Amino acid sequence: MTTVLAAEAGDSTARNLTLTLFLVFVAVTLAITVWASRQTKTATDFYAGGRSFSGFQNGMAIGGDYMSAASFLGIAGLIALYGYDGFLYSIGFLVAWLVALLLVAELLRNSGRYTMADVLAFRMRQRPVRTAAAASTITVSIFYLLAQMVGAGALVALLLGIKPGTTFLGLDADAAKIATIIMVGALMVTYVTVGGMKGTTYVQIVKAFLLMGGAVVMTLLVLAKYKFNLSDLLGDAADASGQGAAFLEPGLRYGVETPGDALKTIYSKLDLLSLGVALVLGTAGLPHILIRFYTVPTAKAARKSVLWAIGIIGTFYLLTLALGFGAAALVGSEAITAQDRAGNTAAPQLAEVLGVDFLGGELGGATLLAVIAAVAFATILAVVAGLTLASSSSLAHDFYANVVKNGTASERQEVAVARISALVIGAISIVLSIFAQNLNVAFLVALAFAVAASGNLPAILYSLFWRRFNTNGAVWAIYGGLFAAVFLVFFSPVVSGSPTAMFPDQDWQWFPLSNPGLLSIPFGFLCGWFGTVISKERDDQRYAELEVRSLTGAGAH
Amino acid sequence: MSTDTPASDPAESTAERYLAVQRSAEFAGLRRALRGFVFPMTVAFFLWYALYVILSAYARDLMGTKIVGNINVALVFGLLQFASTFLIAWLYSWYAARRIDPVADRIRAEIGEVPHDHGPRG
Repeated sequence: MTTVLAAEAGDSTARNLTLTLFLVFVAVTLAITVWASRQTKTATDFYAGGRSFSGFQNGMAIGGDYMSAASFLGIAGLIALYGYDGFLYSIGFLVAWLVALLLVAELLRNSGRYTMADVLAFRMRQRPVRTAAAASTITVSIFYLLAQMVGAGALVALLLGIKPGTTFLGLDADAAKIATIIMVGALMVTYVTVGGMKGTTYVQIVKAFLLMGGAVVMTLLVLAKYKFNLSDLLGDAADASGQGAAFLEPGLRYGVETPGDALKTIYSKLDLLSLGVALVLGTAGLPHILIRFYTVPTAKAARKSVLWAIGIIGTFYLLTLALGFGAAALVGSEAITAQDRAGNTAAPQLAEVLGVDFLGGELGGATLLAVIAAVAFATILAVVAGLTLASSSSLAHDFYANVVKNGTASERQEVAVARISALVIGAISIVLSIFAQNLNVAFLVALAFAVAASGNLPAILYSLFWRRFNTNGAVWAIYGGLFAAVFLVFFSPVVSGSPTAMFPDQDWQWFPLSNPGLLSIPFGFLCGWFGTVISKERDDQRYAELEVRSLTGAGAH
Repeated sequence: MSTDTPASDPAESTAERYLAVQRSAEFAGLRRALRGFVFPMTVAFFLWYALYVILSAYARDLMGTKIVGNINVALVFGLLQFASTFLIAWLYSWYAARRIDPVADRIRAEIGEVPHDHGPRG
């Protein structure tokens, strides 16, 4: 039953099909983008899609924005290789939405306009707060972007089956990676500069349906194979993994117990807690997610979009459970790691096996593989477009219009700058991704979540709920959280001092945890409090306006 | 862009209107209704999630106990996190529609159209 993805011959079918489906997706999304550009006239259109989307549409778009390749390929791969521990990720990613639903979405929608900083700077001095918010927005988004683009580059070689020494369309594996990164970068810049928020939103909606469709079909096939008996599927996965019952329990990947090394065990368990906290608190501080709440007309619609998002995202993560355990049982960890050590190709490999079984032979396998590979590319494209939009919006609206121009820029100028910013950010991410190709993708995503939870979330929550909060506190919270997270990661085992580190041959590591959240998140909250109390600034009138507007929607944009 | 800038404050009357609304009993009720739900609920789901993560880290034997066939406590606990997330989301939307939206709508109507110096709404 083990198949190695895209073996030497007989795969040109799969490749060509993947390529064709992918080109169809690109053609359709570009057509949507051009159509959207005709509807994009004002700054509100560009930044917020004219606030014309329904709660359902925005919910699907949030799903499309949030379910990255790291979710689809990464979590399925983690479950396939490490069993239960992959599921821990899904749970953190889902529960996180309650923070967004209960504390952030509606209040942000009511009081902000285009960016996260609109809320943070509402009652503060504009320049320092917007500068800090833009810095953190761009940092978070670029880490996240790099993760997606590096992932895309690594995947294309695998999915198109370009092995070292072979070529495809005249490209060897390395050249194909770079070509993919450039292509992904060019497409995301096109979606954003041409289509703005409207184009990006529709791309994300289309992707959400494709991804859900693909995941539902594969899950049904996996379950059908086990006559819808979940216990049999789990048993088979555990047997195939060679780990037995441990495969179905926590502890193979996170919180690993090392016999005879108590300290290592303690650190490993703390690392699990740290990851858990960062996952659950990071989501509501991710700028590309926050700006999605501005695309709907009212706070009620923002609430509905989060409810839909929780529905689609939760369902999807339940499906990844079947996909991951299905891949473990039907593909086997040996075949998966032979293709990709991190397990990122588990889902496409599972598609191939299922296709062979259910659609009839090689051709069926090639077909389903191609479909799922194309869905994976679509997934990446939709996410990077959202990230590019978030960072260029912040650069134009926060930094250019409110810091450089001090609020005197016209709408036209602002949007023009946003388009140029998208181009610049696209170019920067392409270049960085090419140099960062060997970076661990999971590390980049975890860092983005940690920064969002440590810097952005404290600033947002204090802004919305704490009367005394002021400019100094906001600046302290954002920079404090941002620097604490980056600083701790720099001295953590993911950067140096371990075989899987970014610099495996160097060792300046002293911080024992891979994820900084457990320390950097409380530190961010503490900084926000401390920065506030050491400053005398206090504006009760502006807080009254913020509180009344955020709770009632009066004067909402 | 100037309502975004405290330095150049909006018309004094607007600011005072907001202050008056914020101090009104009706608004205090709205604030209490919102915070009374979201704060305890946030604490509850966070503790419930933390319990799950802590048990995953430190109570491996418990988590590995099989319930039916190959389905163990860890899996059921994980699925319960999904169930509780869906449940809390549904509860909140039900609560908000009954207890928050009507009050918010009423106060918004009372405030009326607030002068805006940057373009049309929405």
